[in-house]
Amino acid sequence: MSEHGSDPTVAPRSEDDPRLLLPPDEPVHLLDPDGTEHPDADHPLDLRDEQLRELYRMMVVTRKVDREAINLQRQGQLGVYASCMGQEAAQVGSAYALEDDDWIFPSYRELGAALVREVDAAGLLHLYRGTWLSDHDPYAHNFGLMSIPIGTQALHATGFGMGARFDDNPIVAMTYFGDGGTSEGDPHEAMTFAGVQKAPVIFFVQNNQYAISVPLDKQTAAPTLAHKAIGYGMPGYRVDGNDVLATYAVTRRAVERARAGEGPAFIEALTYRMEAHTTSDDPTRYRTKEELDEAAKTDPIARMKNLLIARGLYDDDLEREIDEQAQAVATYVRDGIYDADHGDPMELFEHVYVDPTGHFDEQAAQLRAELEGSEGGA
Amino acid sequence: MAVTLAQAINQALKDAMEANDRVLMFGEDVGKLGGVFRVTDGLQDRFGEQRCFDTPLAESGIIGTAIGLAMYGYRPIAEMQFDGFTYPAFEQIVSHLAKMPNRSRGTVTLPVTIRIPYGGGIGAVEHHSESPETYWAHTAGLKVMTPGTPEDGYAMMRAAIDSDDPVIFLEPKRRYWMKSDADLPVETEPTHRSVVRREGSDVSLFCYGPMVRTAMEAADAAADEGWSLEVVDLRSLAPLDTQGIVASVQRTGRAIVVHEASSTLGMGAEIAARIQERAFYHLEAPVLRATGFDTPYPPAKLEEYWLPDVDRILDRVERSLEY
Repeated sequence: MSEHGSDPTVAPRSEDDPRLLLPPDEPVHLLDPDGTEHPDADHPLDLRDEQLRELYRMMVVTRKVDREAINLQRQGQLGVYASCMGQEAAQVGSAYALEDDDWIFPSYRELGAALVREVDAAGLLHLYRGTWLSDHDPYAHNFGLMSIPIGTQALHATGFGMGARFDDNPIVAMTYFGDGGTSEGDPHEAMTFAGVQKAPVIFFVQNNQYAISVPLDKQTAAPTLAHKAIGYGMPGYRVDGNDVLATYAVTRRAVERARAGEGPAFIEALTYRMEAHTTSDDPTRYRTKEELDEAAKTDPIARMKNLLIARGLYDDDLEREIDEQAQAVATYVRDGIYDADHGDPMELFEHVYVDPTGHFDEQAAQLRAELEGSEGGA
Repeated sequence: MAVTLAQAINQALKDAMEANDRVLMFGEDVGKLGGVFRVTDGLQDRFGEQRCFDTPLAESGIIGTAIGLAMYGYRPIAEMQFDGFTYPAFEQIVSHLAKMPNRSRGTVTLPVTIRIPYGGGIGAVEHHSESPETYWAHTAGLKVMTPGTPEDGYAMMRAAIDSDDPVIFLEPKRRYWMKSDADLPVETEPTHRSVVRREGSDVSLFCYGPMVRTAMEAADAAADEGWSLEVVDLRSLAPLDTQGIVASVQRTGRAIVVHEASSTLGMGAEIAARIQERAFYHLEAPVLRATGFDTPYPPAKLEEYWLPDVDRILDRVERSLEY
């Protein structure tokens, strides 16, 4: 494994040398911004041409829907929205490395991963519109509910992975959190448990450089986030998160390793949050235009387009087809969320308990009376 | 044959794990040691290390992984070793365990039981004697149960494990060694109902968990004074058996709520509110409370001055009767 212990001045390490858990000096990187490829024997690509186009297509659709959501917020249709612009490769590449039976436990910024899972994009936005707290069945997509308390979903992935291991069920649970999330207690506990239980869990960290306004150097003194992994007895991988091929390849390897019973892994994907933290945020207060311009040069979508062109897989027809598809999904999202109704307020009482015996008899009656009163008065 | 509360709960865990192989028991020291109170004694020997296992020392991790295991399809029972150590898990309990079924619009159910030894009176060191029930009862999405007898220790534990809703199961640790002649398995009243442990005509004592026995002792002592106390064991704190509470007040006209937890915003506040909302004209006196003080739980040598006891209850009874 060239990325681990490649220093020729030290003796070769045995397989159980814990230093093998340390991340490589440089993040895995297979694709330059201009589309130049850097094949890596440790990360061979098993992607067919059609899959390369598919990765590109999903990133373009993600960005289009993301932009549409920002527009919808500006038009008062969403209360708030957390953009994933700039992180499309990290999300699409990692989610694409999973099999259908595998599970994802997302935070609230995983639009790209959700689209890979074919979660209804308009439905996802109900959380942000405030019509309801979720609108997808996690079991229909193996995609958990969006989780707002930072990093807390990592424990759910670990528990799920433990269940799979107990049942000898060869599935993997992957959870997403951010650089800020690595400071929280729950991801720490999740990785501790997963390490001890050898649970098939991938802790996928999108290091987008900021937790709202707080930059990475105020978040941690660790050499890199991936260095934390050794403390849990799992390998820490580091990848260029704006390189969809590298992200896919690194995740794929970690997933297959976990599926084979070799335990959890931590992946730090280096990326950049091009938009504000959410539509309520003002990033001009904490970062410069120059920094943003610099980050834009590493754009994940332009890079993949350059690869497709270099490989002769891109033409006007494909461009038109993908643009039309992205527009169609954006329109679908707009139609689905615009002025969406909140439905029957009586649903407030419906899903709090499976067996609500004794809980809501009076309060449900009270709301019903209030609703009938307001209708009567109208 | 005499059975203690701890043994009754242990038997319930065994029987539930026997009946359903998706039931798991885990927490700190619950495996080889059998739990610091031995409530999980013998489970690992009988069911193996996969179904009864020790976790790392991290309470949020215990509850968060219980949620993931429940999503996967298991029925986890998670032990919090002591009341005062539930707080690290507060976020997982309040933000996820209690809310996820609702925010998933019913697509996710979380049949998780959290066992918590709670309350004082055993001379324990700081953080080992607390009564955090209000936090859980205040949190929509949780059911909160607490047995006051070995029979309920068995039957309510089985009901909690069978429940498809998350249950906070509060075990009154100072009563773990309380004995009964119960033949297990035993069935008791449905968990959402209160039970009249002793009928009386002058004053109703509403109590639960560790205070059930104290209230019974108070009723015995009151009888010597010629006062007839009714003792109502609430059993379920969420939902609260409003009907049962009101029915008792309608019989006696006087109500005193007894709990170890601090007075302010304790269960007594809610019970008093419900009584005056629904039985105002039946009341002969204000609803009174015999509770712990609004101070942090005291050091062990002072707990006898802090905890409600027979004398404090009888003082409230006297004040109520003087109205």
